[in-house]
Amino acid sequence: MMQKTVLQSEHINKYFRDPVKVQVLKDITISVNQGEFVAVTGKSGCGKSTLLYILSTMDTDYEGDLRIDGDLMLGKTEPQLAKIRNEKIGFVFQFHYLLNEFSVLKNVMLPGLKLRKLSEEELKHKAMERLKMLGIEAMAPKMAYRLSGGEKQRVAIARALINDPLIIMGDEPTGNLDKKNGDIVFDLFKQLCEEFNQTLLIVTHDQTFAENTHRIIEMEDGRIIG
Amino acid sequence: MNLKLIAEIAKALLLARWRQSLVAAVGVTFSIAMFIALLGFMNGLNGLLDGLMLNRTPHVRLYNDIQPNPNQPVNQSEAYKGGHNFIQSIKSSGGRVSLYNNAAIMQAVKADPRVLGLAPKISAPVLYNAGTIDITGTVSGIEVAAESRLFAFADYMSAGKAIDLKNVSNSIILGQGVANKLLAEIGDVVQVTTSKGEQLPLKVVGFYQSGMKAQDDVQSYASIATAQKLLGEANNYITDIQVKLYDLTQAPAVAKEYAQRFQVDAVDIQTANADFETGSSVRSLISYVVGVVLLIVAGFGIYNILNMMIYEKMDTIAILKATGFSGSDVRKVFLGIAITIGILGGLAGLIFGFLVSLLIDQVPFTTASLPTVTTYPIDYNPIYYAIGLLFSLITTYLAGVFPARKASRVDPVVIIRGK
Repeated sequence: MMQKTVLQSEHINKYFRDPVKVQVLKDITISVNQGEFVAVTGKSGCGKSTLLYILSTMDTDYEGDLRIDGDLMLGKTEPQLAKIRNEKIGFVFQFHYLLNEFSVLKNVMLPGLKLRKLSEEELKHKAMERLKMLGIEAMAPKMAYRLSGGEKQRVAIARALINDPLIIMGDEPTGNLDKKNGDIVFDLFKQLCEEFNQTLLIVTHDQTFAENTHRIIEMEDGRIIG
Repeated sequence: MNLKLIAEIAKALLLARWRQSLVAAVGVTFSIAMFIALLGFMNGLNGLLDGLMLNRTPHVRLYNDIQPNPNQPVNQSEAYKGGHNFIQSIKSSGGRVSLYNNAAIMQAVKADPRVLGLAPKISAPVLYNAGTIDITGTVSGIEVAAESRLFAFADYMSAGKAIDLKNVSNSIILGQGVANKLLAEIGDVVQVTTSKGEQLPLKVVGFYQSGMKAQDDVQSYASIATAQKLLGEANNYITDIQVKLYDLTQAPAVAKEYAQRFQVDAVDIQTANADFETGSSVRSLISYVVGVVLLIVAGFGIYNILNMMIYEKMDTIAILKATGFSGSDVRKVFLGIAITIGILGGLAGLIFGFLVSLLIDQVPFTTASLPTVTTYPIDYNPIYYAIGLLFSLITTYLAGVFPARKASRVDPVVIIRGK
């Protein structure tokens, strides 16, 4: 079966202009299909995170075409891009980035509340399901800052999943975790991919992590080398 | 827009730093409370001082002035009509100070929808006889009910009852200064001589204190009928018609119109008391300026606290943006915080301002010229409370706009990568 292309970039170039013009991404063309588990690896400074932020629509200062779900991102306004991130992309960062002012449950629900596709009751139910799936449903009423690092990262994954995104993007999601918690997070990703056909694009410098994914995009010096 | 969600986020951020938020709100509370108390007090005083004059000054006064005839015979002569005539030693003509056909005028004025009411008046120059000395003065014949209703006559009674002027025949209310000179007490009979030489005994039924000594030393009041009797005039004799309008500012136009329509002299309050508004408006201006300055200071407080909050909450802003909140959502969150501080601080300020006003209202304040005033006057006009709340909203909004805009422009990539 021919899988749908979720994410496609064509000839993307990116320059840092300050203090001098440096090209950090050179002619990046990749495409990610539905259900793929892709790892982007490379040495520190090779531009892999920069690429991720362009692919995630947060960085708009680039040359080339980016299509998400077949839709060209060029020329879209900031609120339109925000809506696409909300609806189609789930994020997991190296640092948890939960909102400490809210409970775990609320943190998970926030992108859903913004999307407004489901009522608050339905969302609550869905968020609880996600937390249960990740084995942390007992933490739901706790405030976010009371959790351990591994728990926080699992909450972040639950939050990334709440709107059933087209693709989950991760920037070193295991980078700040110990081996045990890192493995738990990896297994979760794997499970999401295999059981729910979830597309994942994860930036990592962890070789063992990368080797267990479906596909590795290796970068060096702003270019894809394999 | 998803206002409920934005309000929820704003509330969470506000409560996360509730101490800072409270300090910001207290700043607004303090300035609004000061604003309200100051304005209430200043305008209370204004009202009191203006009232000294305004309450008792008719908006339009109709009378016959003694003046030279502007239409001298030589000007009417055909032969000299074209020339420029120099006339010397003109004398004022016509001693008739009574208003001709005044019953008809009063009826017409009463029917005017702009008019709140009118009170006829007779001015009679008199001599008060006290033993061997005579004191010059004036007796005004008034309709005491109309005078009390329109010109707060009864408020300035320092002893006795105003209505006795009507109920007791041949009665007089003496100015406080006159009474002191005559050593008169209520129930005494004083002798009054008119300019035509008639002498009449009048019974003292009360004392009147306007607060202006020069007036209280000469002025007394009697009923219209008594004044007519004093002057030996018929019962249609009236020298003044005092008109009070609904809208003070219309007085000049109305005066002009009446002068033409009734062929009498008419003077409006603005002409008669050209400067009365200056003092009040300057005092009001000062209180507004002080209030606004206080609010601006409070505004800077809010600005600072919001800026600090934005630096502290960079992560939160970045994550909100990464998960699909747009810049304008973030801006609304921070504006919401600012306005919440403004509303809560402002409302508390209104309450505190009211309490401070009540407090000032209890402070004793007695002055010889104002017998009915015992404490500091306060104006509780709700318009000041509305202005206060509006000001607090405007300043907090302005204080919030710039930090909120800054927050909306936070680049999530910079924050997230910067970790």
